[in-house]
Amino acid sequence: MTQNQDREKDMTDIRPEKEAIEPSPLLSPLVTALDRVHDTTNDDDHSSAVESGDSNKPRSISRRRLFGTVSAVGLGAALGARVLENPSGASAAVHTAAVTITKKKPLSQWMMIVDLRSCDGCKACTASCQYYHYLPKDIEWIKVYDMVDADGQKYYLPRLCQMCEDPPCQAVCPVGATFRTDEGMVLIDQNVCIGCRTCMAACPYESRYFNTTAAPKVPRQPFPTTPEWPVPQRTETVGKCIWCAARLPQGMLPECVTNCPMGVIYMGDLTTDVAVNGKNEVVKISEFLRENDAVRLKEELGTNPRVYYIPGHGQDLSA
Amino acid sequence: MEKLAVERSLREAASQELREAAVRPMLQKPGRGYKLLVAVLCVVVAFGLAGFVDQLIYGMSVVDYNNSAFWDVNIANFITIVGVAYGGAVVSAVLRLTGAQWRAPLTRIAEATAVVTVLIGGACIIPSLGRPNMMWEFITRPNFSSPLIWDALAISTYGIASVVFFYVPLIPDLVIAQQTMGGRAGRVRTLLWRKLSWGWQGLPAQRRLIDRMMGLLALMIIPLAVSVHSVLGWAFAITSFRPWWSEELWAPLFVIAALYSGIALVILSCAALRRTYSLQKYITDQHFKRLAYILLPFGATYLYLSVADFLPGAYHGEPGTAAVFRQLFFGSYALWFWLVVVGGMVVPLLIIALPQTRRVGWIVFAAACIVATFWLNRVLMVVVPTTYDMMKGTFGVYSWTWVNASITAGAMAAIPLLILLLFRFVPILSVTEIEELEKQQLGGTGTDLIEETPEEV
Repeated sequence: MTQNQDREKDMTDIRPEKEAIEPSPLLSPLVTALDRVHDTTNDDDHSSAVESGDSNKPRSISRRRLFGTVSAVGLGAALGARVLENPSGASAAVHTAAVTITKKKPLSQWMMIVDLRSCDGCKACTASCQYYHYLPKDIEWIKVYDMVDADGQKYYLPRLCQMCEDPPCQAVCPVGATFRTDEGMVLIDQNVCIGCRTCMAACPYESRYFNTTAAPKVPRQPFPTTPEWPVPQRTETVGKCIWCAARLPQGMLPECVTNCPMGVIYMGDLTTDVAVNGKNEVVKISEFLRENDAVRLKEELGTNPRVYYIPGHGQDLSA
Repeated sequence: MEKLAVERSLREAASQELREAAVRPMLQKPGRGYKLLVAVLCVVVAFGLAGFVDQLIYGMSVVDYNNSAFWDVNIANFITIVGVAYGGAVVSAVLRLTGAQWRAPLTRIAEATAVVTVLIGGACIIPSLGRPNMMWEFITRPNFSSPLIWDALAISTYGIASVVFFYVPLIPDLVIAQQTMGGRAGRVRTLLWRKLSWGWQGLPAQRRLIDRMMGLLALMIIPLAVSVHSVLGWAFAITSFRPWWSEELWAPLFVIAALYSGIALVILSCAALRRTYSLQKYITDQHFKRLAYILLPFGATYLYLSVADFLPGAYHGEPGTAAVFRQLFFGSYALWFWLVVVGGMVVPLLIIALPQTRRVGWIVFAAACIVATFWLNRVLMVVVPTTYDMMKGTFGVYSWTWVNASITAGAMAAIPLLILLLFRFVPILSVTEIEELEKQQLGGTGTDLIEETPEEV
């Protein structure tokens, strides 16, 4: 926890205008929820180091064996090649190594729930996102649409990146600048993007933006821009909502989640089945979605989004 | 025998005249009109380059870019200009394969038009990229699931094929031009021609080799061109869920549009060059009529495919498709859309179909209508679906700036400029082909044996 707070301070230090957020009371449920996951993943580096030491052992032995075989047969290149073609010991060692790696890294599978029942369209999410990522006003990574349903009822639809499991934007990028991580995050490497905007054509959620106007003045960043922390946005490339990918490994919620006064947006992890919103409300994902008839946007397109919407009209639920 | 000798001398005189006509653009001292035209075209091209440089320096914000219209007229220029390159392939390759002998005087002009347009069209994609300096990533880190990579592959292959298809039949003509012009050719041309003709002597073996190459190339370039324009269509249809783009008919529409507007451009350039260099003896009115006859089925097919494209979408009224079609038919783009339908399809087809108007002047007018409106058509095809907001179902605004306009004008002006300059260096008529076909018409075998006349056989 202390480590998390330190990092939070580091992150907030780059924005002198805004006061540092107190993360602990709001975040504690997710942090504890995540700690359960991280116990088996990132946080216990010691155990993984031990494990990797174990997995290295048979490999080194097998190499020695291999070299022994080679030297016994002789140093002829042809014979050596034949042994390398079928190095039974070596391939077994590689296999065990691969198995241990997959075993020790159960990754988070991030997802979000947007509870439209309580969204009153205040657009605090948009403002905080633009403030945090230093975006100009016309680039709304999370955009709140004023919608009217079939019955003529008004409702608000916050649209973030849907982090599709089959992202069309990734498939059409000619240079592979868009990629999907093992944790289900679709991100853009803006150092690679050539600005052809094909992904903007592909995205059925209109969640991609082309950076033409320079970002508001950005203080000097501690390291060059990365897909997880693309600040400042590189002009002439495409950017989009990244679910605050740099904050997640530290157990911090995305900006839009923490800054939503109505607690509309939940951040969750499918592997633990736990989601939490900015008002500190924890839900069990599978039950919450089932009980409230959650839907995904444009399900028929087969993009398999990781954002679930609970239909509603922004009415006061307590009344 | 006397009759034969007279005929032979007549034929030789005709051949000499043909050769003179083929090299006339190079011999003619540029007149004032020609110089003025080249100067104007150069200024427009320079203006376009200035626009592009401005965009490079100050970024895409100078094209008044907004996030509701992410693709713009640059993409439309790209499709249009690469599209018209198909005309050369058709006139030259298809007519060669079908053995249409009247093609001979047109092939050089058609192929030159194809080469110039495919090169300029391919270059038109560059100002559309945000960071053109990163274009090398197309080679170093291609993503083969992206239709854009296949676009790049197809167009570069097609560009190379067009250049080869232009160059191979040129080899014997370069030697003929050298012989015809002699000392009048000048040092640069003589050197260029000697290097490029690779020691052509007109031997039967060499002739057979070129014939076989041309047959093979003509066979290859037709499916290649079909694939290029299909891939261009699929770059929209595969990429996106956008209404109207995601239609199955998009690829055939692109192929037919390319054929239609390509042949129209061949008509335009033939007419312009015939007038400039007085080639009426070789490019006759009959040629224009025949080219117009080819336009007819393609125009009709395009009209038919358009109806097939629009009718189901408009009838079902699926929200996105219906919104885009309503915008086209009755909305803010209605004027342009109906201009394309009437000016690009109905009027030209009527002009060609009616015997009273089937004359050169009218045919050229129809071709000009087709080329202009099909550019407009491509702008509509690109812009209208991009401005559609797929979340809300509303339309954004697309606007122009001088940068967009200058790049477009520069690209368009570069086509006639490069064609004019190209014919300062290569003969404008494919002399060898014309002569060989004449011999064949006289009943010869197409070899050098001029003595084999009908009288003797």
